[in-house]
Amino acid sequence: MGAGVVIAGAGQAGFQCAFSLRTEGYDGPITLIGEEDWLPYQRPPLSKGCLSGKTDLDAIALRPAAYFQANRIALRMGRRVESINRLGLRVILDDGGEVGYEYLVLATGCRNRVLAGMEGVSYLRTREEAAALMDRLETAETVTVIGGGFIGLEVAAAAAGHGRRVTVVEPQARLMQRAVGPIISEYFRAMHARHGVRILLGTTAAGLEGDMVVAGIGVTPRTELAEAAGLAVGNGIVVNAQLRTEDERIFAIGDCAAFPSRFARGMARLESVQNAVDQGRCVAAAICGRGADYAAVPWFWTDQFEAKLQMTGLSNGFDEQVVRGDLESGKFSVCYFREGRLIAMDSLNRPGDHLAGRKLLAGSGAVTPEQAADLSFDLR
Amino acid sequence: MGLFNRKPKETVTITYISHGGARVEAAVPVDTSVMEGGVSNSVDGIVAECGGACLCATCHVYVDEAFLGLLDPIAADEEVMLGNTFCPRKPNSRLSCQIHVTKALDGLVVRTPEAQH
Ligand SMILES: Cc1cc2nc3c(=O)[nH]c(=O)nc-3n(C[C@H](O)[C@H](O)[C@H](O)COP(=O)(O)OP(=O)(O)OC[C@H]3O[C@@H](n4cnc5c(N)ncnc54)[C@H](O)[C@@H]3O)c2cc1C
Ligand code: FES
Repeated sequence: MGAGVVIAGAGQAGFQCAFSLRTEGYDGPITLIGEEDWLPYQRPPLSKGCLSGKTDLDAIALRPAAYFQANRIALRMGRRVESINRLGLRVILDDGGEVGYEYLVLATGCRNRVLAGMEGVSYLRTREEAAALMDRLETAETVTVIGGGFIGLEVAAAAAGHGRRVTVVEPQARLMQRAVGPIISEYFRAMHARHGVRILLGTTAAGLEGDMVVAGIGVTPRTELAEAAGLAVGNGIVVNAQLRTEDERIFAIGDCAAFPSRFARGMARLESVQNAVDQGRCVAAAICGRGADYAAVPWFWTDQFEAKLQMTGLSNGFDEQVVRGDLESGKFSVCYFREGRLIAMDSLNRPGDHLAGRKLLAGSGAVTPEQAADLSFDLR
Repeated sequence: MGLFNRKPKETVTITYISHGGARVEAAVPVDTSVMEGGVSNSVDGIVAECGGACLCATCHVYVDEAFLGLLDPIAADEEVMLGNTFCPRKPNSRLSCQIHVTKALDGLVVRTPEAQH
């Protein structure tokens, strides 16, 4: 049985790995170490249900404490892994304690980029930050959001929903530009404007005011542990197709991992629940002797006002796009192609397209732009 | 003040029966989902990987027939994901994250499928 599995980082990916180890039948010790004080929790509600007031901050735990006891998962919350002793096969904790491992899984996530030299700015990644944001939102009349990415826009939508006057400042020429195509960016700009959100594109935040300022300007992967242990890091902890680092006993998963992806046609690092869950499961299977290359189709979602946007694949680098459905109706999908092949789809209130897109991308993406644009053509 | 101050909620009793036969009787707050009640009581068989976004179908349940008529109808996104469940869809299949808990559901019984993956 040996020393078992140690998982550093108890977020979505670390939790999933522990969960899947047990469902895959792993019987050895599992230690899940997380620096936050809370039971492992989900982040998506922080900028959605929690901020809009629908979901309790206490309701976002991935499982209750009893689950971890019943499944013999030793949870060490409020503890940080300080370093890795690769030769000794052990991790050293911030209280000086040590835990031996047979396999070590790094699931350390990301940290928010911060605006240098700007004080009093709120950020959103953790439960504490969400609680602080909610406090400030109670009394703020005007809110400035710096960054027109998913998190910034979800915060903007929630704040506007509470009647706050909201301005979003985005240095790029369009919203969510890293993840969606221009048609979707424009649709969301117009939708926010309809709801009274002022959107300033191609502008930086210098000199902006508001009762509160929230920044969602991206994240950086937490690679420091791996780096100090002499493992390769780039934009993330570098792993191979099976999500192993160059040390065959150490894996990296979730937001912190840079892995080879056919969807990215190179190395990718994805920040999504799908990626955290599927990588957690992939590594659990590998530890149980059923290793396989990680090949899951990427998908992601965002909720803003009445819009539910579902994305699959990676659209960067498309050379052709077609719209399936009617932009005016608010029910359409944008299908992205590269060299005649479907590479991604963004679906607005067309869940059937989204699921069909996931299936097409899992295979060869064999659909032509003409077929995709034709509503009478069944994508399934 | 008061955007986020909510009163403690009433609860209803929901019984979750896992494929292996284990029964969990849970007090689930109204205005949450049957999935959330299952997860917060560690019900075996309610996996809920997407956390209720109606995108994973790993919260599939079979609803006791007596309650089917009391549930909100199946919306378009649930209908799509019900076509993607791991175990076969039956007439009483629902995604538990899409079942909104109301007082009328007191006594609800749901069964989880053999597997969600
Ligand atoms: C506000 C918000 C909204 C989001 N919305 C969506 C969405 O709608 N859909 C979607 O797909 N994704 C969404 N995401 C992204 C998604 O939540 C992340 O991709 C996911 O949480 C990644 O999981 P992870 O385990 O890799 O990282 P995390 O969940 O960040 O977990 C990493 C954990 O490791 C801990 N840690 C780091 N270093 C150490 C150490 N040395 N020792 C101990 N612990 C350590 C960290 O404190 C953290 O708790 C959202 C994210 C945020 C912040
Ligand atoms: S929890 Fe994912 S579909 Fe219900």
